[in-house]
Amino acid sequence: MLELRNITKTFGDVLANDRVSFKVEPGTIHAIVGENGAGKSTAMRIAYGFYTADSGEILIDGQVREIRTPHDAIALGIGMVHQHFMLVEPMTVAENIVLGAEPGSATSLDLRKAADEIRKVSDEFKLSVDPNATIETLSVGQQQRVELLKALYRRAQLLILDEPTAVLTPQEVEEFFAILRGMRDQGKTIVIITHKLSEVLAISDNVTVMRDGRVVGNVKTSETSAAELARMMVGREVLLRVEKPDAKPGAALISLRDVSIVGRDGTKRVDKVSFEVRAGEIVGIAGVEGNGQTELMEALAGLIPGAYVSGSINFEGRDITRLDARARKELGIAHVPEDRHRRGLLLDFSLAENTILGVHYRKPAVMGPGGILLDQKGIQRRTEQVLRDFDVRPPSPDLPARALSGGNQQKLIIGREFELPPKFLLVSQPTRGVDIGAIEFIHQKIVAMRDAGCAVLLVSAELEEVTALSDRLLVIHNGKIAGEVDPKVTTNEEIGLMMTGGRRS
Amino acid sequence: MKLLREILFPLLAVLAAFIIGGIVVLLIGDSPIQTYRLLIGSAFSWPDGIGYTLFYATPLIFTGLAVAVAFRCGLLNIGAEGQLYMGAFAAAWIGIKFAGMSGWVLLPACCLAAIAAGAIWGGIPGVLKARFGSHEVINTIMLNFVAIALVSYFTQYHYKTPGDPILETTPIGPGAHIARLGKFIPGLPERIPLNFAFILAIIACVFVYVLLWKTKWGYEIRATGANPTAAEYGGISIRKQIILAMAISGGLAGMVGINEVLGYRYRYYDGFSANYGFVGIAVALLGRNHPVGVFLAAILFAILLRGGIFVDAYTIHVSKDIVDMLQGIVIILVALRPDAIFGSLKKFSKAKA
Repeated sequence: MLELRNITKTFGDVLANDRVSFKVEPGTIHAIVGENGAGKSTAMRIAYGFYTADSGEILIDGQVREIRTPHDAIALGIGMVHQHFMLVEPMTVAENIVLGAEPGSATSLDLRKAADEIRKVSDEFKLSVDPNATIETLSVGQQQRVELLKALYRRAQLLILDEPTAVLTPQEVEEFFAILRGMRDQGKTIVIITHKLSEVLAISDNVTVMRDGRVVGNVKTSETSAAELARMMVGREVLLRVEKPDAKPGAALISLRDVSIVGRDGTKRVDKVSFEVRAGEIVGIAGVEGNGQTELMEALAGLIPGAYVSGSINFEGRDITRLDARARKELGIAHVPEDRHRRGLLLDFSLAENTILGVHYRKPAVMGPGGILLDQKGIQRRTEQVLRDFDVRPPSPDLPARALSGGNQQKLIIGREFELPPKFLLVSQPTRGVDIGAIEFIHQKIVAMRDAGCAVLLVSAELEEVTALSDRLLVIHNGKIAGEVDPKVTTNEEIGLMMTGGRRS
Repeated sequence: MKLLREILFPLLAVLAAFIIGGIVVLLIGDSPIQTYRLLIGSAFSWPDGIGYTLFYATPLIFTGLAVAVAFRCGLLNIGAEGQLYMGAFAAAWIGIKFAGMSGWVLLPACCLAAIAAGAIWGGIPGVLKARFGSHEVINTIMLNFVAIALVSYFTQYHYKTPGDPILETTPIGPGAHIARLGKFIPGLPERIPLNFAFILAIIACVFVYVLLWKTKWGYEIRATGANPTAAEYGGISIRKQIILAMAISGGLAGMVGINEVLGYRYRYYDGFSANYGFVGIAVALLGRNHPVGVFLAAILFAILLRGGIFVDAYTIHVSKDIVDMLQGIVIILVALRPDAIFGSLKKFSKAKA
């Protein structure tokens, strides 16, 4: 179906793809795995015409083809679903699907005909999408199916899916995989880009493993294992499970009583949540994204104005509900934010300048009378320490944060926050978009903080991550705590059910 | 590499603008070489050329810095024009009201008045943005009209010498005059209005550099400009930074009044500004919002101002509009993102290959 031969692509000095070759057999599900920056998205974007390769060729059904733009790709029957959906929210499903390929003449748009056709395609692949629903009323899983439909409507024979499960709950993933299998059985070919090994094993027929821009292996899924794939991806043995001793929790450090948070639009995001976190334990919050985790963590960090927060937050016996972010950091509350580009980093600032964000107004970052002047030497020392202790590569304090890979950016943030040093640690999505090697490192650091007596509150969209790291697990649904479970004994299915509002069986 | 790009691209833009300008001159029917010789030569002659060039550069340094500081905080201050009028009038007002006072008191008071008036006028849109989220571009533009009309009214109805046909205030007290540099520099006659405000402008460049890159306050301003949500996460009050940056910006713009009122005319003269506030935007843009760049860009624009007069007088077809044209082309070229240009060039050459 699709074959890449010796595809090479450079961005500036970076060799993103180095003689990449692999073959996707028709009627199969083909997984491409690799760490971030391994070049898997680049390779597929070349196949979809987003980038043009410096050299090498693309073959479709055995013939060499020029794919210069996505239009060329679509004409050749290739469709792509991106990690971030490209949908116009206030418009209907049908309007979104025909966008760019509107039926009818220049002056009239025949949406009804389109809607009929969309419904036909939807039924054919059991997508159950209503063409007349508006996008914003759909769940994330449904929106993803709209994206699939968009490609199928354009008669794609080959679908490229970039990290499609990142936004889905475990149940939604199962449904989604069922749809993919159905599509394969009807003759479609699917390429799925992912870094989740369990999913590779669950869904794919063949796997291509990439590392540092090269293909390091093409294997049949039935003939490999998670450990082998991880080793190929990273280039060394990787510990896939978090090894941690049992927690020895101390006294409650922070306690929330009836905390409610309303959004700027007036809707309730968090609804009367009460819980506590003790020193020396990791409390995880599992939930589908958008169920109030973000707001809860931001409120605890002091980033949501007091007018939107009710109830009380007590830290070491003191009411901190009305304290601002700086005052809370002073008390020893550190925060690894979920969105490192929006919240966590000043991308155009140097690593040194990023290392002092939040502590830039006090020693060792400042000197002189009144602590007005920045102490370049002090900043340099602290930066070097963080870069060294948290293995940030490359360890050049003057480099802009933008130049780092996702994993190294995250290590920088974690290093900055962990070296406060904190008593209470808020950690959101610590390993999102982070490669396996760095994930292992970050998990070890979080456990080390716990063992040093720090209270940790962890939010992650990766169910495996929260269950592996947490000593106690709270499940959040629709802004409410749906229940507390013991992550050691509860199955993912049970947790998944609670995450979607189902009852605990 | 980064430094090279920061310097190289503005230089290339200027060079390209001169080439385009030269072609236009050729089309009009004059010699580009002669025109540019006039333009540059008249700006660098001693003492008049250099004296006047630096004098013209002084207000542009202030307004360029003003725009740059606001920009570093993520704000577009289009209101330097209004702020400098307020600053100039405030300086004159103190100089008139307390005309009898000793220079040791009066001069600093006038300078501070100029800075304070500009800071307040810049601070207002800052407060409006911080408190109510209203856009600073709209508010600064609107406040320009208010400021210009306000000072014009006070000049006309309250501070004019009765019977004077020119719209200007009565003179300020002699204690409020600041020295012309001709007093200290041999060979530079005192009739050339280049004055101590130019030294203040250099000091302001150093001040802005130290403030932005060497103090925690500057860090907070720049962090807010670079990524407000991250700054907020770092415990920085965005609202405070917006107000602070706009006030500093306005204060710098207000310092134009020191050059104009205390160093040149010794009174407030209505409509004195040759769009210094707006040219300041161009100066900041060309100078990449860095004090050194602002200084150099202000000198360049001053050369054009000074040289334009001579080009107008001594060529047959070319008028001083050529200067406005050059300014415009420089800005358009600077505003192009260099990586975008190189990207499309690369694509072009590849498409041909």
